[in-house]
Amino acid sequence: MDLRFTEEEVAFRKEVRDFIRQNLPARTRERLRLGYSPTKQDIVDWQRILNKKGWATYKWPKDHGGSDWTPTMRMIFQEENQINHAPEVNGFNITMIGPVIIQFGTPEQKAHILPRAANLEDWWCQGFSEPGAGSDLASLKTAAKRVGDDYIVNGQKIWTSTAHMADWCFALVRTDPNARKPQEGISFLLIDMKTPGITVRPIISIDGAHHLNEVFFDDVKVPVANRVYEENKGWDVAKYLLGNERTGIARLGKSMERTNYAQELARDVRQNGKPLIEDPGFRQRVAKLQVQAKALELTQLRVVAKAAGNSDGKPDPFSSLLKIKGTELLQDTAELVMDIAGPLAMPDWAKELDLLNREAGDNEPAIGPEWAGYAAPPYLMLRAASIYGGTNEIQKNILNKAILRL
Amino acid sequence: MDFELTEDQRLLNDSVSRLLADRYAFDARRGYMKAAQGWSQELWDKYAELGLLGLPFSEDYGGFGGGAVDVMMVMEAFGRSLVLEPYLATVVLGGSAIKYAGDEVQKGELLPRIVDGSLKLGWAHGEQQARYDLTDVLTTATKDGSGWTLEGAKSVVFHGDSADTLIVSARTSGDRMDEAGLTLFLVPANTPGVARRGYAMRDGTRAAEISLSSVKLGADSVLGTVGEAYSVIERVTQAGIAAMAAESVGACEAAHAMTLDYLRTRVQFGRPIGTNQVLQHKAADMLIELEQARSMAMLAAMMVDEENPAERARNISMAKVGVGQSGRFVTQNAVQLHGGIGMTEEYAVGHYFRRVMVFEHMWGDSAYHLGLLADQVA
Repeated sequence: MDLRFTEEEVAFRKEVRDFIRQNLPARTRERLRLGYSPTKQDIVDWQRILNKKGWATYKWPKDHGGSDWTPTMRMIFQEENQINHAPEVNGFNITMIGPVIIQFGTPEQKAHILPRAANLEDWWCQGFSEPGAGSDLASLKTAAKRVGDDYIVNGQKIWTSTAHMADWCFALVRTDPNARKPQEGISFLLIDMKTPGITVRPIISIDGAHHLNEVFFDDVKVPVANRVYEENKGWDVAKYLLGNERTGIARLGKSMERTNYAQELARDVRQNGKPLIEDPGFRQRVAKLQVQAKALELTQLRVVAKAAGNSDGKPDPFSSLLKIKGTELLQDTAELVMDIAGPLAMPDWAKELDLLNREAGDNEPAIGPEWAGYAAPPYLMLRAASIYGGTNEIQKNILNKAILRL
Repeated sequence: MDFELTEDQRLLNDSVSRLLADRYAFDARRGYMKAAQGWSQELWDKYAELGLLGLPFSEDYGGFGGGAVDVMMVMEAFGRSLVLEPYLATVVLGGSAIKYAGDEVQKGELLPRIVDGSLKLGWAHGEQQARYDLTDVLTTATKDGSGWTLEGAKSVVFHGDSADTLIVSARTSGDRMDEAGLTLFLVPANTPGVARRGYAMRDGTRAAEISLSSVKLGADSVLGTVGEAYSVIERVTQAGIAAMAAESVGACEAAHAMTLDYLRTRVQFGRPIGTNQVLQHKAADMLIELEQARSMAMLAAMMVDEENPAERARNISMAKVGVGQSGRFVTQNAVQLHGGIGMTEEYAVGHYFRRVMVFEHMWGDSAYHLGLLADQVA
């Protein structure tokens, strides 16, 4: 047993870090450092830079343009991106639809979809949740009726992140309403978002931003050729996809980056006549988060090492542990940054100023230091972290079913 | 990064687990506890036979040439069975002191006797007023011809009542809280002037208060360099934290497993209580904390031999906080989920709970180490 990184791993970390520092656009870096979400353009630009380097699809198998990186190297890569304020690649493209097409797609689907997904020519979104199907996803009702060489899709999806910027949607639809079990009558369809009959309606979330949507399907025609895997076997595809979603979901590098950022800010903010960084309560709070991050880093490495040794490709139920702890840590670090800004985190001047386009020449001054205006939205948005990707309560059910077996 | 155990480590783990499964059932343990010294000489001899007592010492002294990871495995197994024997006191604390501070003559004389089981040690450093401050030593040693005279008192010395030799820290110069001026002495327990008051700790393990009045020692009783023991004291303490962190993880693991058993078998309102989701989620939370504690115990083990003192101290503090907090969560909830039976002396869960409680209150509790880490926030 040796918990130190090998020389190769240390060298790899440096290679990744140097590449990010040399190639990440300064505007993107600054936006993420301030705590704001990357724009679509930030993500597109960065993913294309990575793709050119051959690093965007590192999670894919090598014969599909992926890498032969060890699980530890993958973790290092993700961590370095997060620590150095780089956006994460589009997860719908890279972590979800790519691996699904590689595993289940036809040769035509592979040839057409994979390169475009890798280079973010197409932006994908995920049409899974419905108003009546959240944690109980298999109860979904959006119907697809076979008519000749097409399916006619009717129904509604909800919480669809980035649907308003997406070119394509991979969706779960019900193709057999009379199946014995709810899981058995579901198919996995690829839907062009430009198809007539699709309506996207924004849902503004509590951070005041537009990440989420409702998507309505009204007699939307989808060619049968756009079905992935067999009819009524879509649940198998979904399970495979959701297993992939849980890996890397701890986003530990992001929590580390936020903790570093908090310390940086707390040197400038004063409380009781001295820098906040000197406040014992504040320091304990930082130290506690550092301890938790250290423990999670090691636990993550243990899970990753175990995954390297098992070849069945099934998700490790311990990834649920990483999801729970990782999202709690993300939430706590975002809250720490907000608390440093204090009352100046509360004015919602972003709403008036179109924060994203501030560099376009706004002369309306920020209220307090500019960073304070960005401090509350991540905290608000990250309340969703313990809800999406399977709520943390569902993750505990998974742990119970797979490990505790109560 | 490598989490694999070597073939030797796997074999060691198997043989320790087999021995304890065979000889350390909870009822057997109760029997060992009733002996005057509070532990089993027979099991101690077995550990010597298996090579456990020589685990961290070099082959030159009859040892096994193992490292902190080997000790971690043994301590984890000991934690699962709540082993009572003076392994931590003798092999980890006393053994580390000799390893780090002893000269060749002392090592050659003492280490082989640890290995064969004939020498039991007591690490007599802590004092009642010192709480968690390693430098707070009031015991004095004054030069007396070529030898020394010790005066003072030591507190909560693990297995101090059955130790053959005590390793006593004393101030040979400097003021009360100074790092400089501390010296370690090898004090045979039967030296005139040494008085011991043995007692059971809250978890049933043994410890002692030791008073030293006009204890006359020869020049060869000094372990290490006069006045420069602080760095040794720190390393011995760190080795103790790492070992006891692993032991606590073993205790947590066993308490969690017992809790799962109980949730499956205890029936109320016509069904096992484990079918209640609120209890399932609590058990899942315990699993998460158990694994986080395990990660931190591994970190501590890896750091015992780290050469950079600041790096070593920081990571050991992190592990102390991590295992302390997670261990508290796991064992408190193990009692809670058991309900009334968890509160009883006759049931093991309460004993695991108390072992972890003792760990939390040795060598700096979570708040103390969090304070050390907080001091480094900048």
